[in-house]
Amino acid sequence: MLKKLVLGAAALGFVATAQMTTIAKAEDTLYLPSMSYRTGPFAGAGGPIANGYADYLNMLNERDGGIGGAKVIVEECETAYNAQKGVECYEATKGNNAGALVYNPYSTGITLQLIPKAPVDEIPVLSMGYGLSAAAIGEKFPWTFNYPASYWSQMSSILQHIDANGGIKGKKIGFIYLDVGYGKEPIPLLDKLAPQMGFEWVGFPVGVKEMQAQGATWLSVRKERPDWMIMWGFGAMNPTAIKEAAKIRFPMDKFIGNWWAGAHADLEPVGEAGKGYLSSNFSGIGTDFPALQDVIKHVVDKGNSQADKDDVGKVLYNRGLFNAVIVAEAVRAAQKATGKKAITGADMRLGLEKFVLDEARLKEIGLEGFTAPIKASCKDHEGAGAIFIQQWDGSDWKRTSDLIPPMTDVVLPLLQEAADKYVAEQTGWKTQSCG
Amino acid sequence: MELLRQIFIEPFETMIALPDLLLQTLWEGFVSGTLYSLIALGFVLIFKASGVFNFAQGIMVVFAALALVGIHALGVPAYIAVLLTLGVMALLAFTIVRVVLKPLVNQPEIILFMSTIGITFILIAGGQLIFGGEPKAMITTELGLPTGSSDWEVGGGIVIFQHIDIAAALIAALLIAGLALFFNKTKTGRALRAVADDHQAALSVGISLEYIWVVVWFAAGVVALTAGILWAAKSDVSFALQVVALKALPVLVLGGFTSIPGAIVGGLIIGFGEKLFDLYWGSPILGGGTESWFAFIIALIFLLYRPEGLFGEKLIERI
Repeated sequence: MLKKLVLGAAALGFVATAQMTTIAKAEDTLYLPSMSYRTGPFAGAGGPIANGYADYLNMLNERDGGIGGAKVIVEECETAYNAQKGVECYEATKGNNAGALVYNPYSTGITLQLIPKAPVDEIPVLSMGYGLSAAAIGEKFPWTFNYPASYWSQMSSILQHIDANGGIKGKKIGFIYLDVGYGKEPIPLLDKLAPQMGFEWVGFPVGVKEMQAQGATWLSVRKERPDWMIMWGFGAMNPTAIKEAAKIRFPMDKFIGNWWAGAHADLEPVGEAGKGYLSSNFSGIGTDFPALQDVIKHVVDKGNSQADKDDVGKVLYNRGLFNAVIVAEAVRAAQKATGKKAITGADMRLGLEKFVLDEARLKEIGLEGFTAPIKASCKDHEGAGAIFIQQWDGSDWKRTSDLIPPMTDVVLPLLQEAADKYVAEQTGWKTQSCG
Repeated sequence: MELLRQIFIEPFETMIALPDLLLQTLWEGFVSGTLYSLIALGFVLIFKASGVFNFAQGIMVVFAALALVGIHALGVPAYIAVLLTLGVMALLAFTIVRVVLKPLVNQPEIILFMSTIGITFILIAGGQLIFGGEPKAMITTELGLPTGSSDWEVGGGIVIFQHIDIAAALIAALLIAGLALFFNKTKTGRALRAVADDHQAALSVGISLEYIWVVVWFAAGVVALTAGILWAAKSDVSFALQVVALKALPVLVLGGFTSIPGAIVGGLIIGFGEKLFDLYWGSPILGGGTESWFAFIIALIFLLYRPEGLFGEKLIERI
């Protein structure tokens, strides 16, 4: 009897302690899962992004004790850039540590799978500069965000850059793209803008299996003789395309990639042959920012990063870091709006809608000049960001342009139309009214 | 009517109007074809010796290239790194035969095929664990492979011959010829053919099945390393490279799974065919991107009308 009593008291004590621990943990932590792909065909991009994301959040833990007094828990789940594995990661992690606050899928395929799940589970999706362009329309997609620019906005900025460098009217634009949803995403915008801006465009799809065998594609490019080439590539497709372009002597300063075709990993295997190649970008290059120095001091130099020190400051590392900055700032906005330290996914959604990253705040967090200011709202989930153009000098990227804002007057009606179409195809889709 | 014109007239008009482009296309087709032949040869060697379709051949290309770049990154000179990589591939061949294939002797062929799928996953995981998943640049110049190009003026245009492509075609052709001679003219080659004809009969005359299997898996490793170097020089060393090896499948269907000349001819047909079709018919009519499926359509047609391929052995089974 005594034994039973002792055991019972011990069990009760254990349960009570566990509950108290859970409550304390829930109050003091912010759970931010990281969908990474350190394996698979796109591992070259996935590793640096995951490193930048984790290192910035870990730096906040080390330097500031977390965000707003709550410690951040970063937990990686490997997706291998595979939509099915991405969904498995989502389902396996969404309930951990009192619940995930936001998902950054880093894959358009995974994003498309998570968009319908977000309102059901009340966990927002932040597809930073990728995913479904139409998600920019906040009234139709209350739970999805794509700061700082959608693919359509990016394409409109790239076309403006071409227009500003020799004019676009009467020119032939070649568009080489990975033949999947991501690569095809800007095609409706090209169709719309071609007659409006007076250019002709011709597409060159590259299958996933052909990423490293583009011989036939570039023979077609040679036949078509475009004035400019725009690339929506990823992973091994990029260095192969740039090498093939050099092979047919396509002028590199007329070849411009999107922000997934302009990383160090894309150009380092090409080296000098890629000199002059251009790409868009929205996150700063290098480590000459106080925030980056803090990451090096508090995380990298202490051996708590998976990144080599030489890789800190490279394009994709900084992209992952910038993603963490947006998440951290949205958490702060949510904490401010709700008065809570430990927020929920629904609070995070509110924080993402109230998100403001202006020049003053960028300076305050040690990222002055790192990116264009972003200001989101209930209506605008794209944040009115802007891009810049960078150029490969044979061994490194150099920023070569001012910020180029998107052609909102053209892009917004298209986004609206696409959002309406998406919603019409769903059953029971919940929209929101923004007044 | 317009479609008929696009199919039967316009391609030939373009060929005549732009002879330089036609010659360039044929050259690109030839280079790709020799590389496809080389990769297909790796499959043929193992299939001939053991009746196994080696699903792991693609990842062996990646693994060999990664090993080479990884060993060189440790400060080992390029040519020593090649020798050490050959050692790695020999060790891999020995391990696969001893640990995987030998215990499965006399099992149905599908079991052996499944085991090569298992080997694929082990090599993917092992490769990522040892060398990391990020893409790496091939050590092209360190290996003395040529860079630059030469032009040939034709009909008002130019045909560009990249020196690396010339080297790739030559190296691939030499390796194919060398392997063909080795397996046709040497004692080991005869033993291989005996094993291919009948395992039990070969064993009864004293041929070591294990030895032959190690030899062919090592030869497939040499082919993988060569293909890895030459293909990665055109892009980079990454795990995406393994899917290029899948192109060898239609080559094998065309040439026959047991024929070395078949691998050569099949590779060239696919190489020429996909480049010509994509440029003159695929891009104008279908919007391009036909390179990814053209070879498989040809293979499908062969499977329907000549399943043994151009040079394969016709199997007649009595039931």
